[in-house]
Formats: sequence, structure tokens, C-alpha cells
Amino acid sequence: MSGFVAMLRRELALSWRGGGNVLTLVLFFVITGAIVPFAVGPDKPLLARIAPAIIWIAAFLAMLLGLDRLFRPDHEDGSLILLRQADLPLSAVIAAKVISYWLVSALPLILASPLLAVLLGMDLPAFARTLVSLLLGTPALAAFGAIGAATSVTIRHGGLIAPILIAPLSIPVLIFGVGTITAAQSSAAPLFLAALSLMAMALAPFAAALAISLAED
Amino acid sequence: MSIQSTPKQSWWNRIAHPGQFVAWSAPWLWPLAVLTALLFAMGLWLAFIDSPQDYQMGHTVRIMYVHVPNAWLSQFVYGVMALSALGTLVWRHPMADVSMKAAAPLGALFTALALFTGALWGRPTWGTFWEWDGRMTSTLVLLFIYLGIIALWRAFDDQLRAARIVAVFTLVGAINIPIIKFSVDWWSTLHQPASVFRADGPRMPPSILAPLFVMFAAFTLLFLALHLKSMHTEIKRRRIATLQRKAAQGHTA
Repeated sequence: MSGFVAMLRRELALSWRGGGNVLTLVLFFVITGAIVPFAVGPDKPLLARIAPAIIWIAAFLAMLLGLDRLFRPDHEDGSLILLRQADLPLSAVIAAKVISYWLVSALPLILASPLLAVLLGMDLPAFARTLVSLLLGTPALAAFGAIGAATSVTIRHGGLIAPILIAPLSIPVLIFGVGTITAAQSSAAPLFLAALSLMAMALAPFAAALAISLAED
Repeated sequence: MSIQSTPKQSWWNRIAHPGQFVAWSAPWLWPLAVLTALLFAMGLWLAFIDSPQDYQMGHTVRIMYVHVPNAWLSQFVYGVMALSALGTLVWRHPMADVSMKAAAPLGALFTALALFTGALWGRPTWGTFWEWDGRMTSTLVLLFIYLGIIALWRAFDDQLRAARIVAVFTLVGAINIPIIKFSVDWWSTLHQPASVFRADGPRMPPSILAPLFVMFAAFTLLFLALHLKSMHTEIKRRRIATLQRKAAQGHTA
């Protein structure tokens, strides 16, 4: 367990001192969301109606584009090989990385989402549901993303492969995420979303660990 | 060369060697191709000439005889790929990854054909080429998954390493496809009320069912024949790559 905590602290320290990356991703999220009104036109009721979709797509893209830094720096400087020889199982290492990836990429997006909500003219109840759906759904995106990043880590110019692979698999997250916001109160969408996240968080580290150890042999 | 060696060696082990696999499976190829052609001739005759028109759709119902087998194959081929992925990861069978690689483009092709014939059928009957209906949408997602897998194959130089990683991803996809299907169904019933798409109906008369089954068999055998042939091609491609590497080493030495 102490190894797991140490791994978590290492990841958080690295991304904290790496500085710019976290803010760049947040900036990308806000800009993507703010670009849509220019394409759609300054029609406030329409924007308010599609705001949940815009916020989810912006978060989806931001998380997919951030995937490349999940394993690649560790692969390039060789620390991934050391981590594979540690006492801690590789799947636990990856679980720690997924959790820290969520903390440094999804959580900042969620904190920045009020800005988009104001720009897109969402009302307060809809925004509250958006927050809930992002909190419930982004762990699944991070976990699926780990699989994509693990399969493409040894490909030299593999930055685009992971999003291509992961986007179709993440469609259920998008469906239930937007469903949580737009559907009626009694809908089962939040439960499905939470189930997806729990299942993905539980299983993805094993798949990603398998892919990494097969890729580096 | 005699294939019968020690009695302990099962056919499973014997075909693990690429040369033995080709020798073992090559005699199947021509009979399979001839049978496929015969079934197609019979199926197409039944479908286009001998079967009745639909009382509502007229001649357009005949698209079904091509469309439904393609849709079936789009899922069947993924099943073949997932089984081969298990063969690669669990038994490390050398032919499993050749089978997995050969199946991916075929699966993408059959899925694309299912979507294309579906669009051609949808235009006269529903009045639109595309509708965000549950089945169509999940078939489209399946096509994206196939294309992603092909892209992953092509991204690696070392095909043996690629095989194991693609196998992991194929199995992850196999777990995910039912979830995608379920969520897309949930989504499309949320967005549109239950509608005309259920109209294809409760039961089919035998005059329609018989040609459909023949076409099912014909398309499935077509896949098996193409799959076997492209496995042979892949084995030859690897052999050529090995020979080229050896020749290059000979030059430098």
C-alpha cells in the first residue's frame, strides 16, 4: 500500500512541477467549448439547449488528447522498465497513474466548467447535473484512456492512435453522461454511468498492464 | 514429405508451423471456393428470380438477401478475431495471430458493405440513407473499432509484438461491444419513439427464408475462403520479409 501511495505522490509531484501541462489542458477545454458558439451562431436558447453536449465533447477531447503523457514520458526515460520490476504489481502502478491522471486532468476540467456554463447560458439545475455527470463519467474516460495509451506506448509516433482506438469504446460514457444531464430525474443514466466508471476503473489497469508488459518484451 | 510424424502430435500442434499449416489447409481452398460459387449461384437465383416481391416494398426487398448476411458477418468476424486473440494470448499459437490479422480487413469490409447496402435499402423504404437508429449506429461504431484495429496493426513494425497488443485490444473491444450495443439502444429509444423500424415483422414465409439461408451460407463460406487465402498470403509475406532480412545480412557479412 505504501508503494501505491508513493506512486501516487510521484505522479502528482511530476505533473505539479511540470507546471504548464495542467493549465494547457484546461485552456484547451475552455477554448473548445467557447469556439462552438462561433460555429452555431449567438443563439442563446439553442446554445443553452446543446450546452451539455458541448461541455461533454470538450471534456472528451481534452481527456483523449492528454492521454499521450500518461505512459510515454516514463517509457522514453526508461522508468517504466524500473516500475515493471518493482515489488508493486504493474497493474497497481497503473491504477495509481490512472487516479493521478484523473486528478490532474479531469478534476481541473470540472473546476473550470462553471466558466463554460456561464458562457453557454446554462441554468443552475442543468449545471448541477452537468457537474454530477462529469464527476461520475470522467473516471471511465481516464480508465479507457489508460488502455489506449498502454497499447500505443511503444509506437514511435503513436500519439494519434490512442484517441482513434478509445473514442469508439467511450461512446457509452458519452451517451450516459449526456443522458444524466438531459433525461428526467428518475432516469437510470447516472447509475449506468457510475457502473461504467467503476467497472472500467476496476478492469482497465489489468488490461493496460498486460498490454505494456507484452509491448516491452 | 510426410505429415504423419509421431502419433502424439495433434493436428493443433502440427498446424502451428506455418509451412505445415499451408500444406494442411491448401487442399481445402479450392473445394471451399467452388462450394461458395455454387451457393452464390443458387442463392442469387433464388433471391433475385425465384422469390416473391414484398407486398409493400416490391423489388427492393431483394436487397435484404445481401444486406442481412453482411450484417451477420460483421459480428461473426469479430467473434473469429476475439477467438484468435485468445489463441494468441493464452496458447501463443503462431497461426492465431495470422488469423487475427487476416480477419480484420475482411471484417471491416463486411461491416462497410452492411452499412452501404443498408443505406441503399433505407432510401426507398424509409426515405433516408441514414437514420440514427440503434442497430445502424452500433454497426457504425463497430466499423470504427475495426478501422482502429487495422490502424494499430499498421502502426507497428514488428508484427509479432503487434499481434499480442492487438490481441489485448481486441478482447477489450469484445467486452465493450455488448455495452456499446446496449447503450446505443438505450440512447436511440430515448431520442426517438418506437417507430417503423420494427415493421420488418414477426415472421417470414419460407419463400423468403430459404434464399436468405442459402445466402447466409454462401457469404459465410466466402468469408472462410477469403480468410484462409489471406492467411496464406500473410504467411508468404512474413516469409519474404525474413528472406529479405537474411539476404541483407548476407550482403553486409
